[in-house]
Amino acid sequence: MSSEFSWFLACRVQDVPANGGVCVKYANTQIALFHFTRTGQWFATQNLCPHKHQMALSRGMIGSHAGEPKVACPFHKKTFSLKDGRCISDETECHIQTYPVRIEGDDIFIGFTAQPAFIQTSTH
Amino acid sequence: MKIVVIGNGMVGYKFCEKLRAKLPFEEAELIVFGEEPRVAYDRVHLTDYFTHASPNELEMQPRSWYNEQHIILYTGDPVVQIDRENKVVHSYKGREESYDYLVLATGSSAFVPPLPGIEKEGVFVYRTIEDLELIKDYAPKATQAAVMGGGLLGLEAAKALLDLGVQNTHVIEYASRLMPRQIDHNGHLVLQSKLAALGLEIHTNKAAIEITGAQAITGIQFADESTMELDLLIISAGIKPRDELAKLAGLETGSRGGIIVNDHMQTTDPHIFAIGECALHKGMIYGLVAPGYEMAEVAASTIIDEPIQFNGFDMSTKLKLIGVDVASFGDPFPPSTEFRAIVFEDSLQGIYKRINVSNDGKYLLGGILIGDAADYNMLLQTTKNKIQLPLNPQDILIGPRGEGAQNAGVQNLPNDAIVCSCESVTKGDIVAAVKNGHETFNAVKKCTKAGSCCGGCTPMVKDIIQYTMIAEGKYIRNVVCEHFQYSRQELFDLIKIKNLHAYDEVLDTYGHGDGCEICKPVISSIIASLWNDMILQKGNETAQDSNDRFLANIQKGGTYSVVPRIPGGEITPQKLAVIAAVAEKYNLYTKITGGQRIDMFGAHVNDLPNIWQELIAAGFESGHAYGKALRTVKSCVGSTWCRFGLHDSVSFAIRVEERYRGLRAPHKMKSAVSGCIRECAEAQSKDFGIIATDKGWNLYVCGNGGSKPQHAKLLAADLDSDTCIRYIDRFLMFYIKTADPLTRTATWLNKLDGGIEYLRNVVVNDSLGVAAELEASMQHLVDHYKCEWREVVENPALRKRFSHFVNAPAEKDPTVNFEQMRDQKRAVEWK
Ligand code: SRM
Ligand SMILES: Cc1cc2nc3c(=O)[nH]c(=O)nc-3n(C[C@H](O)[C@H](O)[C@H](O)COP(=O)(O)OP(=O)(O)OC[C@H]3O[C@@H](n4cnc5c(N)ncnc54)[C@H](O)[C@@H]3O)c2cc1C
Ligand code: SF4
Ligand code: FES
Repeated sequence: MSSEFSWFLACRVQDVPANGGVCVKYANTQIALFHFTRTGQWFATQNLCPHKHQMALSRGMIGSHAGEPKVACPFHKKTFSLKDGRCISDETECHIQTYPVRIEGDDIFIGFTAQPAFIQTSTH
Repeated sequence: MKIVVIGNGMVGYKFCEKLRAKLPFEEAELIVFGEEPRVAYDRVHLTDYFTHASPNELEMQPRSWYNEQHIILYTGDPVVQIDRENKVVHSYKGREESYDYLVLATGSSAFVPPLPGIEKEGVFVYRTIEDLELIKDYAPKATQAAVMGGGLLGLEAAKALLDLGVQNTHVIEYASRLMPRQIDHNGHLVLQSKLAALGLEIHTNKAAIEITGAQAITGIQFADESTMELDLLIISAGIKPRDELAKLAGLETGSRGGIIVNDHMQTTDPHIFAIGECALHKGMIYGLVAPGYEMAEVAASTIIDEPIQFNGFDMSTKLKLIGVDVASFGDPFPPSTEFRAIVFEDSLQGIYKRINVSNDGKYLLGGILIGDAADYNMLLQTTKNKIQLPLNPQDILIGPRGEGAQNAGVQNLPNDAIVCSCESVTKGDIVAAVKNGHETFNAVKKCTKAGSCCGGCTPMVKDIIQYTMIAEGKYIRNVVCEHFQYSRQELFDLIKIKNLHAYDEVLDTYGHGDGCEICKPVISSIIASLWNDMILQKGNETAQDSNDRFLANIQKGGTYSVVPRIPGGEITPQKLAVIAAVAEKYNLYTKITGGQRIDMFGAHVNDLPNIWQELIAAGFESGHAYGKALRTVKSCVGSTWCRFGLHDSVSFAIRVEERYRGLRAPHKMKSAVSGCIRECAEAQSKDFGIIATDKGWNLYVCGNGGSKPQHAKLLAADLDSDTCIRYIDRFLMFYIKTADPLTRTATWLNKLDGGIEYLRNVVVNDSLGVAAELEASMQHLVDHYKCEWREVVENPALRKRFSHFVNAPAEKDPTVNFEQMRDQKRAVEWK
């Protein structure tokens, strides 16, 4: 695996509900981790919704828009691409941070480029 | 050819658009001077500036559009002189441009009466984005404000002041009534009482003579010697056409302002045109955008040598934004010998309608609508197209309502009826667009521009689309989303026939892709309505709407609310004590809800199972406040205590609530039972409501509170309790089977062909022969009810999902914050 990332052991496969998300505590930030069971894909993003700064994305419904994986915030249903973090439903909304995910056996790792203290959870 | 346009307002912009559509850039140079710093914006929706943060959203087109269209645009640079002899214009910043044709689209400015003191601080006009910026900044300092002028614009400005939070807002009108050019005295009275209810104080017959105050305004002195204290005043006393440049150039202008034009919009210099609010045509200034657009079309056509004529324009208008429907159409005040008026007035509901019918009773000449302008489009079209009236003209005022009725109207319109007057789009244009495959409102809007300006014609455009598709024999597919090519009703039947119990099975069988936040809740709701399985099992957990997934409503800050069921609103002191103890233990904010029960707010997701464990142990169960499900059945105290009570409404409410608790549906459902016609439980505002009569119960259905309140309609009268329940079973199951997603019963009924009579036939007379099946389906659901919170509390695997951090389940979300307020906590305000 690429050495530019430091990999953080987040949880195990069975801890994450099928086709859903969980919130991972990483130092003093929060990461949303999603599992698309149907296609075997994993995604990680910031847990903070940039719209009203709510720690909520991990509780959102996931799905696809024209084939692109996305999550809908539970608060006002703004949807974000899990590929590039772009807000799909509202061009003027901020992007969210995305992170790479690696699976080893049952273990799920999330990759970070910076030390925890430098991770930005807010885009505003 | 070289064309110069002076003024980049709505009409100047429209001229550019129309001209470019007729002449490509190779054939015509187009240069625009605008005085305002911004590119042309939508002045009609100026008031939206107060709600939309950015002025960009109001732009007619972004600046890049002008580049793409090869239009040179100089903003912030007014033209100061026209040299007609050399056909050159000179701008403020020293630019010089020659022209073959010159178009004046200089608009108008607000007319400010020359009163002493009018220049004081705190006095504003309402015309440009800059004006609104100034008002917005000043308003927080104001407690008493007024608008001078009770016309269309003045009322809009007054409502904006209210919305900006100014406590006391007045409207001052010189004439004896509001909107004197549009409505009559009786209409005025109805409008005035409606506005009073919104918080606006109306003063008519008031002539201001002086604005008082030192530096800033402190009040107004009136001719009748009265005064009014004020710290903010908006002047909306009419418009003054901007003809100063034209005058300077020696063009003929009217004595009360305006650049005189002929039927081709040419001024007294045939190379110079004037369009929009600065143009004076046959003694008339048109202060509306639609005639301005028509003038732009006439000028552009004349320039390319395909001259058409401007023949005057209808001044029909509908007031927007103010929260009260007001419309006038055609000629609201024809000469008294030429018409008969038909008036309908309902002072209780604040509705006033007047139509002016030709003496022979055949045609509609115009009219006034206040309080309910739903028929505006139809009446306007009937007037404009000289559609013959029915034998009893009053039928068009009080005849059958609802969508079906509107649709029938669309059918009778001739093809050349102008449906969107802003963009001059006819019914024929829309029908043609639909036939060419533009089958949604957005597609039609894009292709024809209908509905893209003031939006007033939107409902009618939608009706025409639907009517055309039906006429084409097209089955209107109301598909759920991109993942399912089926309507909700089709999916309901398919899931039932195939006996599917999980979202993923449905997606595998009938859909594609990964699903989304639209189809997941729809299908989860269908599955729940069919089988009443525990919603978090069989892999359906993450297919639930996020509130259903956590069996609680998410609140500001990310905490949840806890609402135990309190059937009929009846509760023992012991149970109240349990709620008090739980709320204290978990530090929850408590409030009595509008649905006769108690809501506890501010629970951490990790605490939810523990809270519910304690509540369930004390005999409570889920109140389904989070689900599209039965909410509450309110009751009044009824015959057990009340001296007027005819039957025991509390017992019946409890019976009803316990029968339908947990029942999931396309939208939430509410009910109430009142013990007599005094109606203390407000049953007639519910999805189904029951009122005691001396012979039994009256059953009302399809009422709604919310943003569009609607009274429930009587379905059946004087029923015994069991029959009443049977009818409710049938009614609810029929609704659940056939309604579109997120459609309350009221909206569903409005769309149902045949309306309440049809529904009554199905439910009471069993006209479809499905009554037994509907009752059986309901009985199945009733028999399979379980409290879903009890199941979570008792199931460790389900409980585990109620944690915030997957890798630190015992920890709470550290970002959750509360403040103190009136001895309880509240969520901190979000940014
Ligand atoms: C708590 C309560 C307000 C209160 O403090 O009194 C409330 C609170 C909410 N209401 Fe309500 N409504 C409450 C009574 C009402 C009533 C009055 C009534 O039921 O008698 C109405 C109007 C009657 C009606 O529905 O016809 C009402 C009309 C709405 C609507 C508009 C529905 C509509 O058809 O237009 C919504 C939005 C929606 O459902 O889509 C809504 C939505 C909401 C939501 C769920 C908004 C949300 O998604 O967060 C609120 C959060 C509740 C929570 O517990 O977190 N609430 N809401 C009331 C709970 C009643 C209960 O015991 O269950
Ligand atoms: C709050 C509000 C609500 C309204 N609501 C409605 C409604 O609901 N329905 C409706 O039909 N109408 C409504 N109107 C009226 C509608 O906005 C006008 O009819 C329309 O904007 C007129 O367009 P216009 O291009 O003629 O004038 P404007 O939009 O005023 O544009 C004229 C432009 O020319 C510029 N100009 C003037 N002189 C020069 C010069 N010498 N050189 C360069 N530029 C110059 C001005 O600065 C201005 O930008 C409303 C108006 C307001 C203010
Ligand atoms: S009225 Fe609006 S703010 Fe109040 S509870 Fe209902 S949804 Fe929330
Ligand atoms: S907080 Fe996420 S959409 Fe509003």
